[in-house]
Amino acid sequence: MADFETPQTREFPIIPTIVEGAMSHSAPFLASEEFQTDMGFPSGEETGQLIDGWKEKFLELLKDKLGKYRSLQVFMDTCVKCGACTDKCHYFIGTADPKNMPVARQDLLRKIYRRYFTWAGRVFPKLVGAIDLTEEVIDEMYSYYHQCSECRRCAVFCPFGIDTAEVTMAARDILSMVGKGQKYSNQIIPKIFKIGNNLGLPEPALADTLEGLEEEIEEETGVKVRMPLDEKGADILLVTPSADFFAEPHVDGLMGYAKVFHAAGVSWTISSKASEAANFGLFIGSYEQMRKISLRIRDEAKRLGVKRIIFGECGHAWRVAYNHLNTLAGPWDFLDQNYPIPQHILEFTKDCLDRGILNIDKSENDHMTLTFHDSCNIARASRIGEEPGSQFTIPREVIKAVCNNYVDMAPETIHDATFCCGGGGGLLTDDLMEIRVKGAQPRMEALTNVVKDSGVTHMAAICAICKSQFTKVLPYYGMTMDQIVSVHQLVSSAIILEGQGEDNSDELENGDETEEAA
Amino acid sequence: MPIEVNGKSFETDEEGYLANLNEWEPDIATAMAAAEDCDLTDEHWDIINFLREYYEEYQIAPAVRVLTKAVGKRLGKEKGNSKYLYELFPYGPGKQACKYAGLPKPTGCV
Repeated sequence: MADFETPQTREFPIIPTIVEGAMSHSAPFLASEEFQTDMGFPSGEETGQLIDGWKEKFLELLKDKLGKYRSLQVFMDTCVKCGACTDKCHYFIGTADPKNMPVARQDLLRKIYRRYFTWAGRVFPKLVGAIDLTEEVIDEMYSYYHQCSECRRCAVFCPFGIDTAEVTMAARDILSMVGKGQKYSNQIIPKIFKIGNNLGLPEPALADTLEGLEEEIEEETGVKVRMPLDEKGADILLVTPSADFFAEPHVDGLMGYAKVFHAAGVSWTISSKASEAANFGLFIGSYEQMRKISLRIRDEAKRLGVKRIIFGECGHAWRVAYNHLNTLAGPWDFLDQNYPIPQHILEFTKDCLDRGILNIDKSENDHMTLTFHDSCNIARASRIGEEPGSQFTIPREVIKAVCNNYVDMAPETIHDATFCCGGGGGLLTDDLMEIRVKGAQPRMEALTNVVKDSGVTHMAAICAICKSQFTKVLPYYGMTMDQIVSVHQLVSSAIILEGQGEDNSDELENGDETEEAA
Repeated sequence: MPIEVNGKSFETDEEGYLANLNEWEPDIATAMAAAEDCDLTDEHWDIINFLREYYEEYQIAPAVRVLTKAVGKRLGKEKGNSKYLYELFPYGPGKQACKYAGLPKPTGCV
């Protein structure tokens, strides 16, 4: 199955002895001219070939970013090599490659910054670790900036708060612009504009899929639960990752949202043109792409005349939405200002649970003992709810409201110290399977320990990438792919809809007695 | 990386997916499967044929529940689940079966 060794999981984490160059061979497929052109990025004559004048272009782009983003300038100047970040990255822990220490990965760009943008680096490069920009340096950047999932765990431990994610984004954006774009992201983003989602799932296929899911819920519960598509005048626009329509366990979460909306008696719709929450513009560090992807949500919200926008279970989408939706695509003055803009599905469900409008039978989940994987982008780059840290408590409170058996993983691996799943930040592609499997080691270790010690059977997540990544990597660590579940899948199993289990369910009216949910 | 089938050469991408869907012929699937030590049985062909029919209509591979439901209808309820599909295509029905059927690989967070 694989030509690399899966790392061991141990009772306690051990910082690995470094292995120089252990992952220097790793690099994702390069974007061909076709994909670069679709993105408006330049390309050399062959795939991945640098463009003419690449060196000047690289330095010009770096200069532009240093001027535009004060944070990048500060990150380039500030590091004092204290070493606090060195053992915090899941990719370093899983690979032992010293270039995967966040400081070393940042230094790939910092060395160039010093050489061309600081007085000391220009005059005494060797004294300050400054190096010339060469093709070899570019290749090394392409490799190691695609061994970072932009998860920001290192930034939590950095005494200066240096954010490796931002350095990675800046580097990837510059690499794209000199001809070295990544195939995975650059192939996917144009599908958002042409078709409406990352998968390339056209409206007729989406309609057919949703119809099938409605039938499935009716077969299971006897209740007609609608999954509306492109319905003008609905109150809520649900923007969710397209994996929710396509893959397991994502789809079980989607059916959970539908049941919650149904039980709350609200009107909602999915938009075929904005049938994607994901925003890979973040991964490739392109502000312009992030903006374009966000704007189509605005267009669809206006076209359909909705009053509210709710995001489904997707980590980085929520990072973009929570932090930037207003800057990128606002003002949202045409939406109902009494609700958060945007709102997270967990906020909606939590509110429904608190107000007691969901009929829950927790015993439906008694065959499982759950733990929860905090998604990096939600834990460290955004918030769910209004209180500091409520992005940690709300998902757990929702799980505990629908499940009797819950156990947390080790405290140094959850909340804001959570480990990335190993597949985030644009790395969820088969050509990076080795780094994905190795990068999952810390999370798999923490999970294995609660499985052994506390009888945990399943791990719940609230991110499409986490779910797909774990589906793939769990078997490498001796577990099974179905041990990863969606949080709203748990809600879906426990919720008892009005009329559920009764005969003549066709005659039931659809929850129009229930009041508007907040 | 083109593959050779019946003396003809077919263009594929880096991961071995057929570059041009219209060039597909059954022997391509057999050759791709053989390269991965997989003997295609009637059960495999049922899935491959369904994928091609669905793609023709919708320009995308079917979502997992669409596929399992269709398989359940055709072959009986006990086979309408992803466990059955993974037994046939251990690398994942979405990816491995799509490849043999000549469809592009599903992209995104899947």
